[in-house]
Amino acid sequence: MLGYLTVIFCCQLLGELLATTLALPVPGPVCGMAILFTGLLVRGSIPQDLAAVSGALLGNLSLLFIPAGVGVMLHAALLGRDWLPISAALIISTVLTIAVTALLMTWLDAPRSEDDGKN
Amino acid sequence: MRNLRDIWVYLSASPLLHLTLTLIAYQVGLFVYRRARLNPLLNPVLIGVVTVLVALLVTGTPYETYFNGAQFVHFLLGPATVALAIPLYRQVQIVRKSALAIIVSIVAGSLTASVSAVAIAWALGASHDTLLSIAPKSVTAPVAMGISERLGGLPSLTAVLVILTGIVGAMLGTYTMNALGIRDWSARGFAMGTASHGIGTARALQVNETAGAFSGLAMGLNALATALLLPLLWRLFF
Repeated sequence: MLGYLTVIFCCQLLGELLATTLALPVPGPVCGMAILFTGLLVRGSIPQDLAAVSGALLGNLSLLFIPAGVGVMLHAALLGRDWLPISAALIISTVLTIAVTALLMTWLDAPRSEDDGKN
Repeated sequence: MRNLRDIWVYLSASPLLHLTLTLIAYQVGLFVYRRARLNPLLNPVLIGVVTVLVALLVTGTPYETYFNGAQFVHFLLGPATVALAIPLYRQVQIVRKSALAIIVSIVAGSLTASVSAVAIAWALGASHDTLLSIAPKSVTAPVAMGISERLGGLPSLTAVLVILTGIVGAMLGTYTMNALGIRDWSARGFAMGTASHGIGTARALQVNETAGAFSGLAMGLNALATALLLPLLWRLFF
């Protein structure tokens, strides 16, 4: 377990180094995800313990957003002043984005879903 | 009485107290969410955040003190993002077959997310700071903060708007896609990750493994697409 947690940390560290030195527009952890993904492609399978570590991290992904979410208290004044445009923009735009993306994915991808027949 | 106060001063200065508060708040959120059979409206992040907020307001604790303890949880966002490579790898065959759909959908989704948010906020008279900070709202927090800084917004306000967007998407995404008759798990997950990044991905993972993998993929791709497209778009219009 700890061995594969170390692998994940190494991927993130490598990702941070790449993102900073090459001034990439994506953050270190996303680069780290790409590095680990490439590693899995090369290896051709997922080690059982790595699956366990990732399951533990992703199984409680919601928890990890709580500290940043509490940061809402730092901007209470601004959010209070602009509450109407902010809530309207967040709700309408997010629903619209989900609709546009899901419809495009479904239309462009229709033949594949029929082939698989499992979704 | 004096001893009790000393204990409180000691505890509130150590990371243990606010780390524990965060874990308890999450357990509260998870308990309610599970009791409601994963009803999206009872999002565990939302309940967890509100629980912590109430505790901090009641005890008069500033955010900085809270974050000193909570940062250990916050830190794990990085490794969790890296770990998204595993569900993604499990879907590699489907991803390869859907490459064209993925590229078109992510560009369209990225543009819809930022243009519609800025347009709506502007039409309703939002301040300049809000407009600049809301543009990258659908992108995962660290990238969104970077984009916001480049546009001249307030990165810390962007972080809050990003979290709120994630919660809104995780709450309303299921209903939106049911109304549109979208059944394919890959399309459902992909839309979730595009619009509401990691919080949408957390919801997708709770519902279906394929949806979770596509949501994680969309989150990463939308970070890339928005980071490349938004500054260009901004320069064209302003």
